[in-house]
Amino acid sequence: MLIALVSTVVFFTVIAVVVTSSPSWALVQQDFFDPAVFWAYLPVIAVAFLTNIALFMLVEVLVLILGLLVAVARGLPGPVFFPLRLLAIAYADIFRGLPSLLIIFILGFGVAGLGIPGVPNDPFFWAAVSLTLVYTAYVSEVYRAGIESIHPSQAAAARSLGLSQAQTLRFVVVPQAIRRVIPPLLNDFIGLQKDTVLVSYIGLVEAFRTANIAQASLFNYTPYLALSVIFLVITLPLTRLTDYLVARDRRRLLAGAR
Amino acid sequence: MSADFVRIEGLHKRFDKLEVLRGIDLAVGEHEVVCLIGASGSGKSTLLRCVNLLEPIDAGRILIGGSDITLADVDVNQVRRGIGIVFQAFNLFPHMSVLDNVTLAPRRVLHRPRPEAERDAGELLARFGLADKRDEYPDRLSGGQQQRVAIVRALAMQPRLMLLDEITSALDPELVAEVLNVVRELAAGGMTMIIATHEMGFARDIANRVCFLDAGRILEAGPPEEIFSAPTEARTRQFLDRVIAAGRM
Repeated sequence: MLIALVSTVVFFTVIAVVVTSSPSWALVQQDFFDPAVFWAYLPVIAVAFLTNIALFMLVEVLVLILGLLVAVARGLPGPVFFPLRLLAIAYADIFRGLPSLLIIFILGFGVAGLGIPGVPNDPFFWAAVSLTLVYTAYVSEVYRAGIESIHPSQAAAARSLGLSQAQTLRFVVVPQAIRRVIPPLLNDFIGLQKDTVLVSYIGLVEAFRTANIAQASLFNYTPYLALSVIFLVITLPLTRLTDYLVARDRRRLLAGAR
Repeated sequence: MSADFVRIEGLHKRFDKLEVLRGIDLAVGEHEVVCLIGASGSGKSTLLRCVNLLEPIDAGRILIGGSDITLADVDVNQVRRGIGIVFQAFNLFPHMSVLDNVTLAPRRVLHRPRPEAERDAGELLARFGLADKRDEYPDRLSGGQQQRVAIVRALAMQPRLMLLDEITSALDPELVAEVLNVVRELAAGGMTMIIATHEMGFARDIANRVCFLDAGRILEAGPPEEIFSAPTEARTRQFLDRVIAAGRM
C-alpha cells in the first residue's frame, strides 16, 4: 500500500517535471490549458453536447431493439428462413467491416443528397440512421453470443413443456441471454457515445463541431479540453460500471452460482 | 388399435454413425410404471427423449393413446403438452422464481389466467412440501428441492404420461430419498410413467415392469422380481452383478 503510494507520487512527479520543463511548455499551456477560455466555453459546449446526448439516447434504444431482431433472425432454424439468415449475416458483416465515418458520409451526403421526396435531409436524421446501422451490427453479434451461450438443455426443458420455438426464445432463452450480455452491451454504448462526434462531418452542429468553431476563431485548443472533460463525466462512470459488472460475473462464475 | 397407452414399434435412432437405438419395441399400459435399466450409453435417455419428440427418430413409430406422434403433420407442441419429462440436471429456469417456473407453461401454452395458474401451482407445491419455496430462485434451493420443483413444473401441465430421465443421478445421496418419495406418490396416484434409473432398489419397489437395455435394444423385460432375482440373459446378470458390487442395490 505504502510502496504503491510512493511509487505513484514519484512517477507522476517525474512526468510533471519532464513536461513542464520542456522548451515549449509555456506555449502549449497557453494553447491547451487557458483557464479563461475553458470556463468561458465549457457551458457553450455543454449545451451543444445535449445534441450528442439526444443522439446517443435515441440510437441506443433503436439499437437495443433492432440488434435483438437481427440476432434472432440469424438464429432462425430451417431452410425456409435461409434468405433471412443470409441477409442478417451479410448486414452484420458489411456494417462491422466499414469505418463508421464512411457510412456517415455515404448516408449523410450521398443518400440525403438524392433528394428523394419524403426522405428528410436533416443531418440529425441521417446521423441517427448511420449510427443505428453501424451499432446494430455490433450489438446483434453481442446478442447472438449471449443467445448461443444459453445451454441447449434450457430450450429442451421449455420445449418439453409445450412452449413453441418462439415462446422458448421469448420467455426462456432471450431473458437469460440479455442478463449475460449487459457488460459487453455497455461497452458498445461507450463506443457509440464517443462516435457521436463523427456526425459533425455531415454538418450537425453538436459538441465537437461547437468546440471546433471556437478553436478556429480563438486559435486556442482549450475548447477541446473542455469537451474531453464533458465526455469523461459521461463515459467514466459507465466504464467503471461495466468493469464492475464483468468482475461480478466472473466471481459468480467462479463460485459456481449459476 | 391396442389398449396400450404408449406403444413403441421398431424404433431406431442414430447420431451420425452411432446407432443408439436399434429396434425398440415397448408397450406401456395406462397407470403402468416401467423402469428402464442398463449401463450408461445403452440408450435409456435417448429413448425417453424420442418419446417426447425432443429427438427426431430414424425409423419406427410411437403411438400415444392410439395416435402416431411421429407423423410429419403432428403438432409437436400439442403432443408435448400431454407428456411431462424430468431431466437429470433439473433444467429449471434460473431467471424465474419457483412459482414462475411452474406457471410458465400453463399460462403461455394453455392460456390459463395468472391467478388460476398460481393457485393450482401453489397447491401442487404444497403437496410436495415446497409451499415455502414458491418465491425463491432455483439457485437458492438444494438439488433435491430443485428436482422436486422440476417434477411439479411438469405436473402443472396435467400430463397423462411422465418420463423421468435419471432424475436422482445428479443428487447427493442424502437427497435422493425425498425425490424418490415424490415419484412413489405419483405411482400411487396412478400416473403412467417410464423411468430411466440407476436406483435398482427403487426400480424393484416401484416398477410394474423392468426393461434391461443393452446397446440400443431391450434385451430382457419382465416383472422386477423376475429381472432382479432370475434374469435369463447373461448380459443382464453381468450388469446386475456389477451394480451389486458397486453397492447400488
